[in-house]
Amino acid sequence: MKNLGENSKSVVIIGAGIAGIQAALDLGDMGIQVHLVEKQSCIGGRMAQLDKTFPTLDCSICILAPKLSECYRHDNITLHTLSEIQKIGGSVGNFSVDVLKHARYVKEGVCTNCGDCGAICPVRGITNFFDANLVTQAAAQIAFPAAVPAAYRIDPNKCLYLNYEICGLCYQNCGADAIDFTQKDSILSLDNIGAIIVATGLDLAEDIHTLNIYGYQKYDNVITAMELERLICASGPQAGHLSRLTDGKHPKKIAYLQCIDSRSQKGQMYCSSVCCMYTTKEAMIAFEHDNELESYVFYIDMRAGGKGFQKFLQRGAKEYNIKYLKSKISHIDVDKDDNPIITYEDYETSEIKQLTVDLVVLATCIIPSRGINKLADVLGIDLDHYDYVKTNPFLPVETSAEGIYTCGCAREPMDIPRSVAEASGAAARAAEVIKGG
Amino acid sequence: MSDKEEEPRIGVFVCSCGSNIGGLIDVKALAEYSKTLPNVVFTEDNLYTCSETGLAQIKNGIKDHNLNRVIVASCTPRTHEPLFRDCVKKEGVNEYLFNFVNIRDQNTWCHQKYPQEAFEKAKDLIRMGVAKAAKLEALDNIIVDATPTALVIGGGVSGMTAALSLANQGFETHLVERENELGGRLKTLHKLFPNDQKAQLLLDNLKKNVGSKENLKIHTSAQVKNIEGFVGNFEVSVEENGNNINLTIGVILVAVGTSLFTPTGYFGYDGKIRITQHELESKLNNNDVKAKDIVMIQCVGSRNDERVYCSSVCCMTALKNALVLKENNPKSNVSILFRDLYTPGTHYEDYYRRAREEGVVFIEYSPEKEPSVEENQIKVYNQYLGEELLIPYDLCVLSTPLVSNNDNKALAQMIKVPLEENGFFLEAHVKLRPMDFATAGVFICGSAKWPVDITESISQGYAAAARASTIISHDTIEVEGATSFLPDYNKSLCTGCEVCIKVCPYNAISKNEEDEIVITQVLCKGCGVCGATCTNHAIIIRHFTDQQILSEIYAYGGKEV
Ligand SMILES: Cc1cc2nc3c(=O)[nH]c(=O)nc-3n(C[C@H](O)[C@H](O)[C@H](O)COP(=O)(O)OP(=O)(O)OC[C@H]3O[C@@H](n4cnc5c(N)ncnc54)[C@H](O)[C@@H]3O)c2cc1C
Ligand SMILES: Cc1cc2nc3c(=O)[nH]c(=O)nc-3n(C[C@H](O)[C@H](O)[C@H](O)COP(=O)(O)OP(=O)(O)OC[C@H]3O[C@@H](n4cnc5c(N)ncnc54)[C@H](O)[C@@H]3O)c2cc1C
Ligand code: SF4
Ligand code: SF4
Repeated sequence: MKNLGENSKSVVIIGAGIAGIQAALDLGDMGIQVHLVEKQSCIGGRMAQLDKTFPTLDCSICILAPKLSECYRHDNITLHTLSEIQKIGGSVGNFSVDVLKHARYVKEGVCTNCGDCGAICPVRGITNFFDANLVTQAAAQIAFPAAVPAAYRIDPNKCLYLNYEICGLCYQNCGADAIDFTQKDSILSLDNIGAIIVATGLDLAEDIHTLNIYGYQKYDNVITAMELERLICASGPQAGHLSRLTDGKHPKKIAYLQCIDSRSQKGQMYCSSVCCMYTTKEAMIAFEHDNELESYVFYIDMRAGGKGFQKFLQRGAKEYNIKYLKSKISHIDVDKDDNPIITYEDYETSEIKQLTVDLVVLATCIIPSRGINKLADVLGIDLDHYDYVKTNPFLPVETSAEGIYTCGCAREPMDIPRSVAEASGAAARAAEVIKGG
Repeated sequence: MSDKEEEPRIGVFVCSCGSNIGGLIDVKALAEYSKTLPNVVFTEDNLYTCSETGLAQIKNGIKDHNLNRVIVASCTPRTHEPLFRDCVKKEGVNEYLFNFVNIRDQNTWCHQKYPQEAFEKAKDLIRMGVAKAAKLEALDNIIVDATPTALVIGGGVSGMTAALSLANQGFETHLVERENELGGRLKTLHKLFPNDQKAQLLLDNLKKNVGSKENLKIHTSAQVKNIEGFVGNFEVSVEENGNNINLTIGVILVAVGTSLFTPTGYFGYDGKIRITQHELESKLNNNDVKAKDIVMIQCVGSRNDERVYCSSVCCMTALKNALVLKENNPKSNVSILFRDLYTPGTHYEDYYRRAREEGVVFIEYSPEKEPSVEENQIKVYNQYLGEELLIPYDLCVLSTPLVSNNDNKALAQMIKVPLEENGFFLEAHVKLRPMDFATAGVFICGSAKWPVDITESISQGYAAAARASTIISHDTIEVEGATSFLPDYNKSLCTGCEVCIKVCPYNAISKNEEDEIVITQVLCKGCGVCGATCTNHAIIIRHFTDQQILSEIYAYGGKEV
């Protein structure tokens, strides 16, 4: 297939979650060259961490994996992992961008992803963000087996060789000769960049401060929604067999607490948009593992405006034994068996009640990606009063700087369908710059 | 394609899919079993065959063992077949010599409690797949030219946005609006949430931009009358002010928006002092609101048995109009009776807070105890207070949902796309293909797909433009080679009964001037309905020939063909 017209200019996309990936694929398929810059060692963002996704309950990684591979193999997409934007110059139609590429210390095309380096590495106990820090790994590591690029990396802060020039066991053990301790961080200067797309996505309240409301971190049977996603995921730390971290018991009664740090004077004032829906999803998946499970959702307003969402909630109540309680939580204690006891005010009756459950799951607030302030400075774009990338409601994918676009959770908390749509939207705007001249 | 019949050399790759498959059945044993099957020369098991590592293993298998047929036994072809086909193609094996065996969705997932039986079934499925693979034939994809033009149906905010973006990308674009003016719903609104800008201002700006593009042709008072052809080559006839125009179009975007719901029979609706939000906005535009005690009721005609969905824009619309009324007359009392207030995200939650700060009163009601609207007071039971409140009103505003257009069905039939149960257009995949239809070359945006606000209508307009651009940025289009055809040597079998013409869901079959059956290759999706229906077995479905299917059946029954 021939492209109509030569596109000599390319687009830089920052962040390779589902939004960045979709934008890259659209532009790539239009015949436009893309540089996809991701700070982590692999692409996929939050969606890669999820078990299944509402409202269709498809397995998240199963529908994402083909996109990850497509990105990796696409003739028009160049992937830069472990990379950050350091400097930009120029203006719309002709930016120059300096990308700081951190060394992986493993040769990407050579590594076979066999894991021999990780097996022999004596450094242990490094928490893996991908598994919501529930499991640890070695200094020679990979976020998850299906990661793209399918290459290990060496954690430069923890590696004995890189810090003390001792060990080097992985180097000796790697059958593919993929370990390369001579790699250095480097700057890649990209010219002739027509447009930039910011798709840096989200982080979670627990990522930035020690979330200690409602007994989180005090009681092990109070966990976050993201932790549950990993625990219940077939490829997660419990191979999908949900059990309590305290005693390994399978929970029979789970409570979900909504708006944790969201819609709150103490946390963030805004609504995180997706938690009402993913909570029902998580309760459904948990029920599929155990049909005797009872789920209780403590909520303020149930926000389910997307396609098929109300139906989804109805199914939850009818077929998955989920009870929705409009309520206000007071506090959580535990009994002698570590079972959380929730004290709450029931809105229906204005009574103070208590409920003892086996596990509490907190729907924690979505926050802007850590590091967004620095990136905004580098790019010269404005953030809103919550530090999301500032957009105008009727120019939804434009930042305050001409030629720099945004999409997905970088600009507001939103679900996957909307992130994907906005990503295509940002791609269209970038394509207008490139093709329209 | 080589002329000589090559000996099949089949490689079988069995995927563990993490623990999705491997957690229930022994994939290593399956790989071992596959080795014993006819024509199989290499087998391997992978943790994730679709990972870069897995794909590299397939490529190495092809290279090292000279494979000319590849089987992956794993999740589902629905998501993964393109990936594996592409992989074998890159290694020089025709993509149609790849065969997918589904041992996850149709096996380990549905037989979770029966690991032994699931293992046996996986063996059966692989054996059948191997038998078919031996009979597979190399095929070529069909390549056709594409016209770099676009048609946008519907000139509301989403359609105007999409058309403008396509024109800005350099494509000749036709925007067809059935009313005599562009704008859609925007034309009749007053101010807009969440920034209280005048609707007219946004509309004027959009119209100015759309009107200034030379390659953007606006057709108002126009309707699409007929669409023939297929992706890249649609022949569209448009009736504009009574005149007929014929257009050759590469891609079609649907942006026909929604209709309004008239709440006859709900809460004493009379269109005078009990009106809809939309009627309120017209009154505000005409400076025609004198009321002092205003009560708004949310979810009128939505989130009920008949219409289960939340229309997603009416809570914000109520907040907006409440704020306008408060601003116009700070002494007025505005109450909003709601079930769940739908203000997700950052801007909307801020807006909700602002309305509270401005003194709008929010009272929750439950659908079991709906408010009752009387002559000049409204009774509403408040669970929180545990008592019934009486609110006097001189204007009651009902927040009604956006509903699908009645004539969506006719349009859907013309462009061969489905609607969902509420009459909104149904996209190809809710999550990952939100702007695409299953029909190639046709896209959807804005509230025609689902009630959305202007922000989303605009981003979806751009999004559909991007998706469309991925097609018309190239001068040719490639479609699947696995189509049905009527070979010359079978022509004598055809009795001309035309059953195939009737059953084909894609209108791919017709009769030519010689009264012979013709199957338009680029329209055929290979669904096989015609082949299965043809009583004389005249039609052959490539990639699913009788011989190929029978070989699977015999392999299951243990008999060789
Ligand atoms: C617990 C939970 C469950 C959910 N369940 C669902 C569900 O079932 N269905 C659904 O539709 N949605 C769900 N969501 C929402 C979904 O996760 C988001 O909609 C989606 O991940 C947003 O994609 P994104 O690409 O915008 O952001 P992200 O997925 O966050 O991706 C952003 C990427 O950018 C990278 N990045 C960040 N900063 C930089 C930088 N400075 N430089 C370079 N790279 C950077 C990050 O490393 C990351 O890879 C859920 C969310 C949570 C928290
Ligand atoms: C009372 C009310 C107040 C609102 N207030 C706000 C607000 O303040 N802020 C906000 O963000 N959103 C608001 N909305 C929502 C907003 O109106 C929609 O998001 C927006 O109009 C959707 O745009 P659209 O292009 O998808 O559809 P529409 O605006 O409905 O446009 C569709 C167009 O397609 C045309 N059409 C239909 N069928 C055909 C056909 N077969 N052939 C040719 N043309 C056809 C129609 O004539 C129309 O011009 C409000 C909605 C209502 C009802
Ligand atoms: S947006 Fe508000 S009023 Fe409209 S259906 Fe949803 S909850 Fe009801
Ligand atoms: S195979 Fe299907 S699409 Fe093709 S002609 Fe037959 S019925 Fe139509």
